[in-house]
Amino acid sequence: MSSPAPSLETPPSGDAPPAVRLRGIGKRFPGVIANDDVNIDVSRGTIHAIVGENGAGKSTLMKILYGVQPPDSGTIEINGAQVALHSPADAIKAGVGMVFQHFMLADNLTVLENTVLGAERLHGIGGGARAQIRRISEQYGLDIDPDRLVEDLGVGARQRVEILKVLYRGAQIVILDEPTAVLVPHEVDELFGNLRELKAEGLCVIFISHKLDEVLSVADEITVIRRGTTVATVDPQGVSARDLAELMVGSELPSPSTETSTVTDHVLLSVQHLGLPVPTGRALLDDITFDIHRGEVLGIAGVEGNGQAELVEAIMGMRPGTTGTISLDGRDITHESTRERREGGVGYIPEDRHRHGLLLDSPLWENRVLGHQGRPPSSRHGLIDKRAARADTERIIAEYDVRTPGPDVLARALSGGNQQKLIVGREMSSEPVLLIAAHPTRGVDVGAQAAIWTHIKNARREGLAVLLISADLDELIGLSDRIEVILRGRMVGTFDPASVTPQQLGSAMTGAGPEA
Amino acid sequence: MTSARVIRFLLGLAAPVLALVAAFAITSLVLVAAGDPAGDVWSTILSWPEERNLANIIKNATVLYLSGLAVAFGFRMNLFNIGVDGQYRVAAFTAAVVAGEAWLPGYLNTAFAIVCAMAVGAMWAGIAGVLRATRGVSEVISTIMLNAIATGLVAYLLRKVAVREAGSNDIGTKEIPEGSRIPNISIGDGPTSEIYGFIVIAALAGFLFWFVLNKTRFGFDLRATGQSTTAAVASGISVKKMTVIAMLISGGVAGLVGLPILFGDSYAYGSTFQSGLGFAGIAIALLGRNNPIGIAVGALLFAFLDEQSNPLQILVGVSPDIVAITQGVIVLTVVVSYELVRRYGIRLEQREVARALADHPAEHPADDREVSA
Repeated sequence: MSSPAPSLETPPSGDAPPAVRLRGIGKRFPGVIANDDVNIDVSRGTIHAIVGENGAGKSTLMKILYGVQPPDSGTIEINGAQVALHSPADAIKAGVGMVFQHFMLADNLTVLENTVLGAERLHGIGGGARAQIRRISEQYGLDIDPDRLVEDLGVGARQRVEILKVLYRGAQIVILDEPTAVLVPHEVDELFGNLRELKAEGLCVIFISHKLDEVLSVADEITVIRRGTTVATVDPQGVSARDLAELMVGSELPSPSTETSTVTDHVLLSVQHLGLPVPTGRALLDDITFDIHRGEVLGIAGVEGNGQAELVEAIMGMRPGTTGTISLDGRDITHESTRERREGGVGYIPEDRHRHGLLLDSPLWENRVLGHQGRPPSSRHGLIDKRAARADTERIIAEYDVRTPGPDVLARALSGGNQQKLIVGREMSSEPVLLIAAHPTRGVDVGAQAAIWTHIKNARREGLAVLLISADLDELIGLSDRIEVILRGRMVGTFDPASVTPQQLGSAMTGAGPEA
Repeated sequence: MTSARVIRFLLGLAAPVLALVAAFAITSLVLVAAGDPAGDVWSTILSWPEERNLANIIKNATVLYLSGLAVAFGFRMNLFNIGVDGQYRVAAFTAAVVAGEAWLPGYLNTAFAIVCAMAVGAMWAGIAGVLRATRGVSEVISTIMLNAIATGLVAYLLRKVAVREAGSNDIGTKEIPEGSRIPNISIGDGPTSEIYGFIVIAALAGFLFWFVLNKTRFGFDLRATGQSTTAAVASGISVKKMTVIAMLISGGVAGLVGLPILFGDSYAYGSTFQSGLGFAGIAIALLGRNNPIGIAVGALLFAFLDEQSNPLQILVGVSPDIVAITQGVIVLTVVVSYELVRRYGIRLEQREVARALADHPAEHPADDREVSA
């Protein structure tokens, strides 16, 4: 394997100890080694990126550094002194702050109130705190007004409030977990400007991402994590995105990329003027119209929360109060129940597999039955056919490479990727004509991701219509035959994945207007 | 897999045993703290019952079993039917009136009265089900309210239809004619060694409970809804419909609770008809893990404790109410120990999965450690 020379040595930073030094960190969960022999040095006044695929162990590592979970082995040194972090409070005391991917802000409170919440003892809750927030905002160029309501702020500004909260608590080391996942390209640039300000002020930033171009543009040093362990620390000057990608996934580099088009002119799913009005505000879905043909993958791109989840639930019949019509293979299903739609040939890979896809405390074979209760092999004449359901579960386990000792294991005991493969196998089992896949590879490991992509491609080749919703633009571009962008519940642009760039999609997703 | 099954079975057994041991220990502490002879109390309670007491235990357990089943049916769908108490009293009253009027001859009269009781119990619980499904009213609150209403309603109606029993201030419904009574089954000598013939119906109810929940598609839908409403909705189950149906069935079973007493013992519904059976059912359903066999064991245990505590006052000078403490503590310890055992079981299973996967290293690419080496 060709790889840039890995250097695990402390970077030349004089005789000052590194701000953070992790040595031999290990963490096991039942069935998974999340971290194994992780070694990282982060110097003061730098931006240090930690990259790795979904499930590589980045988040676990950061939870250890933020005191959320104790490591099973290894040591943490901060500014040269070994520390034991038993809780986030310990971490904050040691000067470590973390900005989570999902914001932890109360919308109906002001920036000031959100900031002082839980830190009332530092500068009070009134004028002192307000002055301090202003000072921090100015010093680091965060541009935050302490008296604005959080609900009036955009995503980028909310993220800056989170950073401000961390700085307010005196953090010298700021961890950002996938901060760009919720941002559109120009917000990303602003964020990077802020991070450079922090660096200039002598703070150190640990930046977690799996987006390589971003990492290369902002980081001073990059540590690559694969399967729970640090495989290399590299200088961004000397590596390309491809080098990093190879380090991240090993030798093979799965990519979505579709083969020749299999699109036919036979319409399988037709959505006409679909709406989801809200009595007291903007409609969640507004006049959505599209068709999906046999053998076609339609990708839906959009910043999360712009109606994707509602669209899926409307097509599945899980949302009361929708307007417009939906027809499946020429049959009007607008007024059918979810069960009738499923039995009419809709396969559904839900966005949140724990909430919508599985019975975690039931064995795998019962999970095979779920959603397919009314048909063989799950049931016959109103009775559950355990023998047939188990046999079919065995088949799915074999065909979809679900790593489990057998069909009687509880779903909870499987890893996310294996749970997802079971769901994909289940939904493909009853000869669907339409497959709805909402974030099908979210939170699964690289191997499972590649397998799921293959299954979606196979579904397309077999003549299914596929509706693919994803936050991963590369996945959308690689798998889709056509991409529609959804913004505030409306379809705002159609793109050809063969020619579109992530930047073009990004500007359409934020309403900057689709560029030709 | 067989060894895993044995482990799972042992774990299932460990939870109630752990709970009982803890409950007995806590009760002993209470006894010791109050200066009562804990040893004497336990030797009285835990002695083998005489034939007469055994019959009483089985009779009581039959009633408690039905109550436990009724509650458990709701539990399996995450519905807390606290209202079994009200449901069975309304239902037993109805059955007493219907059977007392004897519009039909012999056992037809009995069957009709039983059906009426189940229908009324189902309706009474159904009110809570409909409120929950359509207005989102918590069934805990509404069934508690309905209990209070049931008490008032039955007392009011009793006055309307009652006949005064000769030489007594008690009032009751008309006596059920002899041909419509359910004969008791003898387990020994004499009338004190008889158990309710209704036990057959109770056993049948237990079998149906198991069959419907574990073997039918309806039961699967019900359990799925209980485990995860969101997953149920996504799988095409109508949660509202299931809520109403589950409450109707739970109430229907609750309608049977008072009937062994009515058809095998009192033959009329009077102002002294046994109350509080519904609340015991909650504890028994918890103890029995909502499983028909477990509920039977729980019902027998509760009936055993009740019966064996009767002579405490005479023999060792301790109030029999001490077993109410034990029963109450059991409910708490059961909840705790099931959770502990459940977590342990999950850890065990995850380890088993990990081990099974480690046996197939060939499935993982072998290039893992090259760079880090």
